[in-house]
Amino acid sequence: MSEIWNWQTAADVFWKLTKVVPVTLEATFLGFALAAVLGLVWALMRRSRFRPVSLLAYWMIEFVRSTPLLVQLLFLYLALPRFPVFVIGVTGLGLHYSAYLAEVYRGGIEAVPQGQWEAARALNFSPFKTWTRIILPQAVRPIIPVMGNYLIVLFKETPLLFTINVVEMMSVAKKFGSHTFQYTEAYTIVGVLFFLMSYPSSLLVRWAERRMALKQ
Amino acid sequence: MALPKVLSLREHDSEDSERRTRIGQKTKDDKTQESPETTPIVRYRGVKKSFGDVEVLKGIDLDMMPGEKVAVIGPSGSGKTTLARLLMTLERPSAGIIEVEGEPLYHKRVGARLVPADERHIARMRSKIGMVFQHFNLFPHRTILQNVTEAPIHVKKMPRLEAEEKAREMLEKVGLIEHIDKYPEQLSGGQKQRVAIARALVMEPKIMLFDEPTSALDPELVGEVLAVIKEIAEKGDMAMMLITHEMQFAREVADRVLFTDGGNIVEQGTPEEIFEHPKSERLQAFLARFLGGVGGGGQ
Repeated sequence: MSEIWNWQTAADVFWKLTKVVPVTLEATFLGFALAAVLGLVWALMRRSRFRPVSLLAYWMIEFVRSTPLLVQLLFLYLALPRFPVFVIGVTGLGLHYSAYLAEVYRGGIEAVPQGQWEAARALNFSPFKTWTRIILPQAVRPIIPVMGNYLIVLFKETPLLFTINVVEMMSVAKKFGSHTFQYTEAYTIVGVLFFLMSYPSSLLVRWAERRMALKQ
Repeated sequence: MALPKVLSLREHDSEDSERRTRIGQKTKDDKTQESPETTPIVRYRGVKKSFGDVEVLKGIDLDMMPGEKVAVIGPSGSGKTTLARLLMTLERPSAGIIEVEGEPLYHKRVGARLVPADERHIARMRSKIGMVFQHFNLFPHRTILQNVTEAPIHVKKMPRLEAEEKAREMLEKVGLIEHIDKYPEQLSGGQKQRVAIARALVMEPKIMLFDEPTSALDPELVGEVLAVIKEIAEKGDMAMMLITHEMQFAREVADRVLFTDGGNIVEQGTPEEIFEHPKSERLQAFLARFLGGVGGGGQ
């Protein structure tokens, strides 16, 4: 194997890799869904007037943001030996990005004018209805593009799951390389596949951003 | 008239419109059972409010009768907005008692004592009060119709169709029926404020608070909003508190005018007494500044 690049090999690995693309996508979307829900929970807890609750959320966010995702994944992997690795992977991704999304939510919530809270109160909305009908719809709309960006970043971090033995693109590529000694094709095609999926998504996010900007 | 129901609490808890028919007024705590004509609908007793070190209200005593239209005038920072915000439960008083229909707003009676009330009680009391804000505070993510139906549907649990019907009726009243599918940003300031009025009215409050409803408007839009408020004042049997800088308007609409300054009600009386025969120097100075001499309104 003296040549650096073999097209036939590249094609072979491409087909092998496309078979595990669904795993990557599932991990991405499930992880992001978890992050979106948990992030909102942290953001709401941060606003609690009950100090222990807001402090708990504060430290949760700070801790997660100050430690590497890789370390978090390995920790969860070792701490929860009975769970399927895919579940651990999704949990790790979701937890990690929830800390970032919490800050995004916080920004969105704080951008809702005080007058909206007062109008809701004057009309006797319950706290729950105030959040669900008045505050959150206004808080979430402008942060949708930012959340889209985080979705793409999370997607690009999924190769880390290979360190906890999730069978996804990276691990398939590595296995292919160790069998054929043609790592170059394998890893390059992984990169190409990521590009093919992220680039259109980032265009979509930019389009959404522009639409938001026009609306304001 | 129906016999007084046993438990006033239960009656108020059911948020149906039947309670608005004013029969219910007679079924309050038996201690305060007086006819509506003699029980103030709103009563402030020794009400104080401080923000940090600044005392913006220094002990307010005020009674409003059912259906009474009270205008509150006074310089900026005199506490007049806070007066309304305390009644709307947007701020809590630092001291004193506010009663609505003879029942304490922030307290509950336990025997002869008053204890701080829970949020449930305050929410029930709050449903008797509506407010129109200086900056409208419409919901920008909802259409005009939805702005008005939102609270009936999600607070009063009214069926959607009924809520829409009522909302249309209100929007008709304020002259905006042709704009119901637009969003607030598509309306002028005057139109927005009229939507805000419809949104408050549809909840059928017994007391309406107007907090400088025209202060944020371009001068040419003030008239349309004042006309709507005036019509409501003339037709409705709601009590109204009008915080305003529009002196001519206050004079035409109010039964009584309060002049606040430095956190106190300095002077009060009929519009004629206040505007024609002001007694205190501070009111005289205030009116001189505002009216520039003879009668004309602020607009």
